[in-house]
Amino acid sequence: MTRGPVTLRVDGLRTHFLTKVGVVKAVDDVSFQVGRGEVLGLVGESGSGKSVTGFSVLGLVDPPGRIVGGRILFWGHDLVALPEAEWRDLRGSKIAMIFQDPMMTLNPVLRIDTQMIEAVLAHDKVGRETARQRARDALGQVGISSPDERLRAYPHQFSGGMRQRVAIAIALLNRPDLIIADEPTTALDVTIQAQILYEVQKLCRETGTALIWITHDLSVVAGLADRICVMYAGRIVEEGGIDAVLDTPLHPYTKGLIGSVPSRNRRGVPLSQIPGMTPSLLNLPEGCAFRERCPRADEACHAMPEMTVPSVDRQVRCFHPHDEAIG
Amino acid sequence: MSVFIIRRLMQSVVVIFIMTLIVFFGVMVIGNPVDILIGQDCDGPCREKVIRSLGLHLPLHEQYLVFLKNALKGELGNSFKAGIPATHLILQRMPATLELAFCSFLIAVGLGIPLGIWAGLRPESLSGKVIMGGSILGFSLPSFWVGVMLMLLFAVELNWLPATGRGETVPVLGVEVSFLTLDGLRHLILPAVNLALFKLSLMVRLTRASVRENLLMDYIKFARAKGLSMNRIIFVHVLKNILIPIITVLGLELGNLIAFSVVTETIFAWPGMGKLLIDSIDVLDRPVVVAYLMITIFMFIMINLVVDILYSLLDPRVRLGDIKQ
Amino acid sequence: MSQSTQEPSVGTADRKDSPSRRFAADFCESRLAVGGLLVFLAILLVAVFAPQISPQDPYDLVALDILDSREPPGTQSVSGHLTFWLGTDAQGRDMLSAIFYGLRTSLLVGAMSGFIALCLGTCIGLMAGYFAGRVDTVIMRIVDLQLSFPSILVALMVLAVLGQGVDKIILALVIVQWAYYARTVRASVLAERQLEYVEAAQCMGLSRWRIAFRHLLPNCLPPLIVVGTVQVAHAIAVEATLSFLGLGLPPTEPSLGLLIANGFDYIMSGRYWISIFPGIALLITIASINLVGDQLRDVLNPRLQR
Repeated sequence: MTRGPVTLRVDGLRTHFLTKVGVVKAVDDVSFQVGRGEVLGLVGESGSGKSVTGFSVLGLVDPPGRIVGGRILFWGHDLVALPEAEWRDLRGSKIAMIFQDPMMTLNPVLRIDTQMIEAVLAHDKVGRETARQRARDALGQVGISSPDERLRAYPHQFSGGMRQRVAIAIALLNRPDLIIADEPTTALDVTIQAQILYEVQKLCRETGTALIWITHDLSVVAGLADRICVMYAGRIVEEGGIDAVLDTPLHPYTKGLIGSVPSRNRRGVPLSQIPGMTPSLLNLPEGCAFRERCPRADEACHAMPEMTVPSVDRQVRCFHPHDEAIG
Repeated sequence: MSVFIIRRLMQSVVVIFIMTLIVFFGVMVIGNPVDILIGQDCDGPCREKVIRSLGLHLPLHEQYLVFLKNALKGELGNSFKAGIPATHLILQRMPATLELAFCSFLIAVGLGIPLGIWAGLRPESLSGKVIMGGSILGFSLPSFWVGVMLMLLFAVELNWLPATGRGETVPVLGVEVSFLTLDGLRHLILPAVNLALFKLSLMVRLTRASVRENLLMDYIKFARAKGLSMNRIIFVHVLKNILIPIITVLGLELGNLIAFSVVTETIFAWPGMGKLLIDSIDVLDRPVVVAYLMITIFMFIMINLVVDILYSLLDPRVRLGDIKQ
Repeated sequence: MSQSTQEPSVGTADRKDSPSRRFAADFCESRLAVGGLLVFLAILLVAVFAPQISPQDPYDLVALDILDSREPPGTQSVSGHLTFWLGTDAQGRDMLSAIFYGLRTSLLVGAMSGFIALCLGTCIGLMAGYFAGRVDTVIMRIVDLQLSFPSILVALMVLAVLGQGVDKIILALVIVQWAYYARTVRASVLAERQLEYVEAAQCMGLSRWRIAFRHLLPNCLPPLIVVGTVQVAHAIAVEATLSFLGLGLPPTEPSLGLLIANGFDYIMSGRYWISIFPGIALLITIASINLVGDQLRDVLNPRLQR
């Protein structure tokens, strides 16, 4: 259970894509929650549905995809059936998103100040000068020096790390309650990555903003998140506090994921890996999606495992989870 | 940025040189220069005299230099039919052509871009499909046939507009223009629409394709995530991005319009350069043909230069990239 | 590179159909395009079999009767053997037959010039893209130069210098078109060259020519096909325009453009059929090719892939 009031609670979310070649169940019965000032890590490989989950929370899933089931409760209000105009009020003001590749997310032909000021003016009827001041402050918050110069520049004049800081600053402009960050540091150098992680963590603690950090990189969440959700083939397979999950993973997939991080392996011993490949979302195996690659799978796994709660603050979707004591 | 401009200027000069070479060799070497530059009814001692005065007896490279020197002075021979310098003849008719070209340009841009944006935003709607269907039609119809049809419909059948010729003109800054008079406008409409149709269709298609492509881009998604209104997204984010390729195309299209006016002017008997060209080809008034080619080529290269410079001003990536160097 | 971030990745192992079947399926999504294709095939058949299916041979001067001239559609000939479904022109020719033969000429000139331009442009584009360096720079400068001039102007230049005649028209059209092909092929080659199969072929010691033609070329075909369809339509239109202006094909082998020009003088006097029907035939031909080309472009465009 999370401490404090719950900012976002997602309940049984299903987002499907109806394509010509079949139905892609990108998000299939996903539930989690995030509270004030809390950082939730959403971890999974590509194709696991983590990005689509993020977009669903913002209502940015475009046809042929749509949310077909479940609830998204933001401060208790269900967002799923919200009309577009109310969605737009929320986006950028109460819920903000940071994308993966800042080169593609900042419009290359518009100046930084244009793109920041419009984000303020879209939600707050203030004067341009006030908006500009807020932009300056936001840039300062993310550690960008000489903000006035930066404001008049164009995106391509910045380095990747700088651009991502600008994107984070834009997210912070209207003091959102929730930020969804979709792999924001994947495209950056490791050192920049570390800096940004540190700053983001500090900001969330200070402002009480809830943060969902979507990534495929376990080492990133290890240092950043309070809780972690592991996704596989559109479903959450394990959830819990970060230390608990990383020390004693319950789901075989989580265990395999942790085990395959190179730094965790010993020298001279062949790298351990999870055999097989991620299944295509069009052709999921019946029952547990992981069973074809799982060393512990058996007949029982042909049925769909439900989430179980083996102990306080731990959940796992598996018929044969590892034992907590041994790990 | 000035580095860029200077470089482009140099390139243009080089291109003009090459074009003069091509025209020169085309006329002097491939064609029979004697026939081309001397009238049919000149023979014997008359020909000798003209050959000497035109310098056709000199070696080729010297002839080229003479040609170049004269060209720079604007002397490209005399028209057989009119007897006056070909350049003068063409410059006399230029205002009419430019007027037609500009009007068509305005129609193509003024209608084309809004229609294209609409079709790009609602591709599956009936209006979107009608616009696209219409643009394919406008694209496929050869402009001369459209002109014939327009004339048939509006001038012959309905008798709303005059079929041929240019209307009353009033002098503006020493140049005769006809769009300021009602009669002038009536004569201008059909040819301008005819000339504009192809470019209009092109604009619609280009705009629509650009809009569709842009809407899929990540920065549009990010703009939506910021909670911006659709209006802002379209008229600021998308528009600025599509304007860049559109302006590039537009600039080139202006040159195209001037060239294609040849057809429209022939159909509607509009007294411009294009009609002059066709008439001259008909009566084998070759100096005028050569002069027309040289002048048009020059105009083209100038237009291309201006477009390139405009493009560099518009796209900050190009403009500021230069400063870094 | 600029793929939308939100589409879920689907494994490619799912695509059970072969690429050509998928392509055909994608193409047939647009009924308009399929319609265009069928119409074009019909026109092609008409053009090929024109001598067989025309009611009258319009160039056999003996068969014409001047008393039949300028008759409106639907009249019977003086001899009583034929009905002039689309009327007759100033010499008494049956418009329907003239249109069939005209289609033949137009398509022939368009296809031939298109094909030659394709071969020429492809070779040049391949060389520019594959050999790169100075060869590339020189070639591209020439291509850019030529493409900055409108096709009409280029054609006029060529014809003004060389004079008239079928071969000169085809030459003019080839000169107008080759640059589009060259540029398209070069762009494809530049993109493909980076890919691994080229390196692999080089490692195997294949000659550069072989690599260029047997390996690179087939992969450059999709954009080439799109450009080809549009260019053929364009060539037909340019040829018609030139003929209309009196600079095109000689009157012995009239194309649709010349037919339209001939009929132009009679518009004012109400004998519209001499000009309009060839015009409609021309329009349908070009429109059908453009419809097909449009859908091809949408289907083969990687940026619009769903």
